[in-house]
Amino acid sequence: MSTDLTIHGHGEMVGSQPVHDAEHEGHHHKETFITKYVFSQDHKMICKQFLITGMIWAILGGFMSVLFRLQLGYPESTFPWLEDILGKWAKGGKIQPEAYYALVTMHGTVLVFFVLTGGLSGTFANFLIPLQIGARDMASPFLNMLSYWFFWMASVVMITSLFIETGPAAGGWTSYPPLSALGDASIGSQGGMDYWITGMALFVVSSLLGGLNYITTILNMRTKGMSMTRLPLTIWALFFTATLGVLSFPVLLSGLILLLFDRHAGTSFYLSDIFISATQKALPNEGGSPILFQHLFWFLGHPEVYIIILPAMGLVSEVMAINSRKPIFGYMAMIGSLFAITILAFLVWAHHMFVTGLNPFLGSVFVLLTLLIAVPSAIKVFNWLTTLWRGNIRFTPAMLFAIGFVSMFISGGLTGVFLGNSTLDIHLHDTYFIIAHFHIVMGVSAFLGMFCGVYHWFPKMYGRYMNNTMSYIHFWVTFAGAYLIFWPMHYEGLAGMPRRYVEYSGWSTFNQFADLNRFISTVAMIVFAVQLMFVFNFFYSIFKGRKVTSQNPWQANTLEWTTPIHPGHGNWPGEIPEVHRWAYDYGKDGKDFILQTEPLGADEQHH
Amino acid sequence: MSTYFLIAILLLGFVITFQIAKASEYVGILKGEKKNNEQNNRINGFLMILFLVLGLIGVYWCNELFKGKILGKSASVQGEKIDQMLYITIAITGIVFFITQILLFWFSFKYQYSEKRKSFYFPHNNKLEVIWTVVPAIALTVLVGFGLMYWFQITGEAPRDAMQIEITGKQFNWIYRYPGKDGVFGKKYYRNISDAENNSLGLLWDDPATHDDLVVSSAMYMVVNQPVKLIINSRDVIHDVGIVQFRMKMDAVPGTPTTMWFTPKYTTQEMKKITGNPDFEYEISCDQMCGKGHFSMKGIIQVVTPEEFVLWRAKQVPNYVSVMKDKMPAPAPADSAKTAALKGEIPAKLVAVTP
Repeated sequence: MSTDLTIHGHGEMVGSQPVHDAEHEGHHHKETFITKYVFSQDHKMICKQFLITGMIWAILGGFMSVLFRLQLGYPESTFPWLEDILGKWAKGGKIQPEAYYALVTMHGTVLVFFVLTGGLSGTFANFLIPLQIGARDMASPFLNMLSYWFFWMASVVMITSLFIETGPAAGGWTSYPPLSALGDASIGSQGGMDYWITGMALFVVSSLLGGLNYITTILNMRTKGMSMTRLPLTIWALFFTATLGVLSFPVLLSGLILLLFDRHAGTSFYLSDIFISATQKALPNEGGSPILFQHLFWFLGHPEVYIIILPAMGLVSEVMAINSRKPIFGYMAMIGSLFAITILAFLVWAHHMFVTGLNPFLGSVFVLLTLLIAVPSAIKVFNWLTTLWRGNIRFTPAMLFAIGFVSMFISGGLTGVFLGNSTLDIHLHDTYFIIAHFHIVMGVSAFLGMFCGVYHWFPKMYGRYMNNTMSYIHFWVTFAGAYLIFWPMHYEGLAGMPRRYVEYSGWSTFNQFADLNRFISTVAMIVFAVQLMFVFNFFYSIFKGRKVTSQNPWQANTLEWTTPIHPGHGNWPGEIPEVHRWAYDYGKDGKDFILQTEPLGADEQHH
Repeated sequence: MSTYFLIAILLLGFVITFQIAKASEYVGILKGEKKNNEQNNRINGFLMILFLVLGLIGVYWCNELFKGKILGKSASVQGEKIDQMLYITIAITGIVFFITQILLFWFSFKYQYSEKRKSFYFPHNNKLEVIWTVVPAIALTVLVGFGLMYWFQITGEAPRDAMQIEITGKQFNWIYRYPGKDGVFGKKYYRNISDAENNSLGLLWDDPATHDDLVVSSAMYMVVNQPVKLIINSRDVIHDVGIVQFRMKMDAVPGTPTTMWFTPKYTTQEMKKITGNPDFEYEISCDQMCGKGHFSMKGIIQVVTPEEFVLWRAKQVPNYVSVMKDKMPAPAPADSAKTAALKGEIPAKLVAVTP
């Protein structure tokens, strides 16, 4: 069925094709449980699969952070129940250093890749691209399905690595060699690292299949009248995200394959002059450079942070315009800044490497390019502010998260100006300042953007609303909690407190923050508990939430709100609507909102 | 027991929240959607402005609380430049931070939904957009300019009279090497490393330049007000030499030596007085994750006066000498070598203390 629909998905062709989804909705004769819920090729179902898998990962990754925050906040206490669940990794109720490093590594990997890349892009690219551009499904629903199932396999491999005897990878989410290449140097670099590399390879495949599909769909399957400059900003953001992923993930994969060779095939890409203290042996490898891996890694690693933040920017722009009842300010500038960020994302990777012995002149080029990114980012922030200005703001839960996103993005973006400046990076590199910076600007911001999207499109996904009161509690606790957790970390970072330390009691330079660490850990646990409430709200509302009664509950302009409340596979019963205007005619000519499908009036100004 | 108690309280709290949430949904339906939304809107609008006020107070309070605990006085000349850069950046970003955050929450509060208000159709304005492209660009040019000026000063060539010390990271401690009186580091090769034979750096004894090299692991001694150039090596994985008081940091990469240089301004004794902490030590922290003992990979730096340095050095036995002593039970040759090392005259560069 879907192939048929896809072939005729193009706007110009579809007019002549009758589509029977409305009549057959929900009980199509060919649909079985397996094809509808498991190996589904419907982009809306794949979206939900990504979202729910991402949520499971988020709970797991978040729980890991609770465990190691427990260690950081209460270094003197013992927690016998930890030994019950972690066994030898928490001997005597204290998290062992090996376990601590495994936890921080997996926390980073899980949240960066499996939640904020797979979960965020996977969910909203799948959901919104066909619905907002006016297509019946993705260009290739089959590849789309494969994309999810590769993600699933990657997840299985990654989860399995948690249970092997030598534990999961423990060399940090960046897994720099030689540490990650040498099992003798770290127990986490034994079997766990192979699982990590395999899991990441499968993840890259998933991401490429998805990304190519998203790009193809956006370029080729827009409905009649949907020119590129009429696309909602969500689609633009997802388009650039996919482009970034397609161009940078292969580089990571190649880097990881070389790492695999170094681990098992005796090559020396990253290894040279190594004597392992534990075994008292000198390795035969000579001539490799561990810095090569860092270049390859960060060539993905830096675009990766934009892969995480761009979709959130898109979702926020859309939600902010709808709930301010105003057009997004500076639509073209928003696209231009997304484009500038995308280009610059590829040109700044070495700012992660200022203190690796990089040539200072080369460093200075990267300083310039890095700080250039602040210009498009500033444009975006001011445009969001102007969108709010003289609006008529409705604080739906999604809107709150959108405003929270902007606040977090400002705070985290400004600390980026510190770190991008190599002079300051000398002092701040690998301290809690950087932890605070990237958690605020890509961790919390991206999460707020994701929540914003989930609350806003939940009615479209499930035909029900989420509970408002729980949503408001969720927002305020998360938002205030995130500031309470990460704001003080800047001070720890200014004091030079290094990241990735199990405890600081042995240091006279860093042990002045014991109280603060306890405070941060306590808040982190509260915030985590509230996320569980969100998850509960989500699943409860799928089945018991207040039902959506109108087709367009938020009075929005975009095409997804012209579909039935429960759209079937194919999205629109009958013809795909034709588009006549951009997505942001809110408050124009005295009208609250004008759907994209409404033809331009005779004397109406084009935006 | 207390764990279960805590879990029970959490669950109870959650059930209560859930019940309230459900009840308020029913109340909302009874009140009518429109009225309910308006009420929610007013509450959240108020919370926005409350968050702004509390947030600003919180920022101030956090500053007061921690300002004595963070940077302290920079103990190196280069660190002072970094501090200066930090203050310039804090000033510029601070202004932007306050303006944008205040506008964000103020707009949210001020333009919250009202039946009477019509939103203002304002899709774009070229003048405004040019302003906020150009102004950030100028601000960043200033930051890049200052940043690179300091960057090149700090990362430029070390002065000729800099004392050279080699520092090598290994899981999980630091080894320091001084070139000895010939001022030349002898050759080394990693396959020669043998902790059992007391050759932790793999020095090649065939090279006579190694014979007077001092290999020390207790502390790194350096002279106040004399530039120090560190030649940084690693024996196994990537480490990082981080010295907070000097605001200095550089990776130790196996196979690729790196360098950094700085001029310590205060001796350890002076820093004890400056910080008011009788236990003060300059600590080298490993700032690049290097395995399970990463958090304990500490080195100590002793910044001393030139006289103290000479005294300290006179007490050190070159690595070569102690190795030969171990190998040969006959004490005679080793002793003579030791005396020769002890007699090593004060190097010229120690006398010429830089201003």
